[in-house]
Amino acid sequence: MDWLNAVVQGLLLGGLYALFATGLSLMFGVMRVVNLAHGDLAVVASFLAVAIISGTGLPLWFVLCVTTPLFALLGYLTQRVLLQRSLSAGPMSTLVVTFGLSIVIQNVLLEVFSADTRTLDGGSFATGSFEISGQLSIPYLSLATFVLAVVVLVAIQLFLSRTGLGRMLRASSDDPDTATLVGADSRHVYGIATAIAFATVALAGVMMAMRSSFDPATGPSRLLFAFEAVVIGGLGSLWGTLLGGMVLGLTQSIGAQIDPALTILGGHLVFLVVLAFRPQGLLPGRTA
Amino acid sequence: MTISETLTSSARAAVTVRRSARSSRLSGGLLLLAALVLAVLPFVVFASITDSLVNLFILIALASMWNLMAGFGGLVSVGQQAYLGIGAYSVLVFAEQGVQAYVAIPLAALTAAVFAVPTSWLAFRLRGDYFAIGTWVIAEVYRLVTARVDSLGGASGKSLTTLSGIDPVVRGALTYWVALALALMSVLVCYLILRSRLGLSLMAVRDEETAASAVGIDVPRAKRWVYLISAAGCGAAGGVLLVTSLSVNPDAVYSVQWSAYMIFIVVIGGVGYIEGPLLGAVIFFGLQQALADYGSWYLIVLGVIGVATAIWVPRGLWGLLAERTRISLFPIGYHLDRGVDDRAGRRE
Repeated sequence: MDWLNAVVQGLLLGGLYALFATGLSLMFGVMRVVNLAHGDLAVVASFLAVAIISGTGLPLWFVLCVTTPLFALLGYLTQRVLLQRSLSAGPMSTLVVTFGLSIVIQNVLLEVFSADTRTLDGGSFATGSFEISGQLSIPYLSLATFVLAVVVLVAIQLFLSRTGLGRMLRASSDDPDTATLVGADSRHVYGIATAIAFATVALAGVMMAMRSSFDPATGPSRLLFAFEAVVIGGLGSLWGTLLGGMVLGLTQSIGAQIDPALTILGGHLVFLVVLAFRPQGLLPGRTA
Repeated sequence: MTISETLTSSARAAVTVRRSARSSRLSGGLLLLAALVLAVLPFVVFASITDSLVNLFILIALASMWNLMAGFGGLVSVGQQAYLGIGAYSVLVFAEQGVQAYVAIPLAALTAAVFAVPTSWLAFRLRGDYFAIGTWVIAEVYRLVTARVDSLGGASGKSLTTLSGIDPVVRGALTYWVALALALMSVLVCYLILRSRLGLSLMAVRDEETAASAVGIDVPRAKRWVYLISAAGCGAAGGVLLVTSLSVNPDAVYSVQWSAYMIFIVVIGGVGYIEGPLLGAVIFFGLQQALADYGSWYLIVLGVIGVATAIWVPRGLWGLLAERTRISLFPIGYHLDRGVDDRAGRRE
């Protein structure tokens, strides 16, 4: 069955969207910042992975181990140097700062890597699949991405609920002033949140690079997918984001089955329907 | 006489309230002169200069409309390119129905406002930063839907052919005047709105939404009005974009780059000042001309300047200037003067 295949692929694709959207959700939950450069950062991770693998021939797992901590560090610095200043400059300025970052990243990538479309060659891992039956097959890559997404979400959930730093993070999200009174350094806490967000973006960016082709201008459309997953799932809920990602992946996959041109439009329309009839999202909550 | 009447009349005697300072009467004259000089320009300079000024006028109109929403209504949108596209395609459709393309531009503004009604119903469910990105998704939906309509040329777009009968020189001049009128109108509309009751409620909503609604301002209504007006302005700008470029395709006209232009022009010039978009558009235009030979570098420079301005000069360049000199080309506030007797006393 083509349809069954489309449903399974769509649900698994949702894992990738959830992994990617977590960072957006976390940054909004903790700092009330919508990072408009979110998609472009994933594209930077994609380009970085391509550059490292084609330049040195190092294996994929090594690339992931390098880019993820690197992005975490980058996230911490971005928060401390740029976002923290803009947080105090007024409500509009974080939006302008992240949008400016997005434009700068896109055009620097364009100057450095040209407008050519690329993909990351993940070898047999990226193309192989389990044959369940004659019609249904599950690609290793999709399954691995989905498992990775669930592992990352569980890890973030545990971090937020079990560790001291995680509690500080939730406290700063609920009420930054009171959290400061009881000893949270909000700047450091915000830095940690941004670092986690950037690290998940790096993971998602490398996975996306193997799945589909990309160019310097791909970032905005990726950002919109992440945003839709967050809103469909419900603001501030980690598991809602996973559900939202799966709904989005499913819609896109079924849309593509009807007409390839409907892939992206289908996702946008589901988002608008949720906005019109259930604006609080499918699983509203406040975890982060 | 009741107590309140007594109080009011004594207060009236003590102060005089004016909307314009002496300096703004002077600057008003200068602006009028500048508009007249710009209007006769097609008779004086080469067409290449007036053609590039058309782009500046479109940018001024777009930035003014964005400033009206963000600077006065508190609505930060990244999706105004939706109305730019709707405006351009409306002029195309009206022209194919036999309406003169220049005459169709006001109709394009109207069409954009009509589309903005259901759009606002959806977008207003999101607040703050999520409103921004939600409007972007809606603009993408308009782009994808337009690209699927074959009679509009699909994804490759379509050309406006009905103006080909007009002599190119005359057409260039007409387009220039239409674009100039668009820029002047959008600045004038902002000015008149902000001096009206709607403007007063908008500024109250922007400064403190809860308090504004507590004193009886219908907040959603004020926001919806400013959204519709801004959509109409961007629609007209889209129409002018079509008559100057003579062709339209969905990827270009619905590009988020337009939002980048609007946002950075307004942020650099000064959010919440009518003069801000004017100053910002001139700076942007200069930057674009100066870096024309260096590919996308002007966008990188623009982004960096925009980020730096947002962090270190949140009121923009005009805000800096206004703070230092208290100059205002478009007085929308009130000036209070002491009563006549008092002023005479001080003079002695």
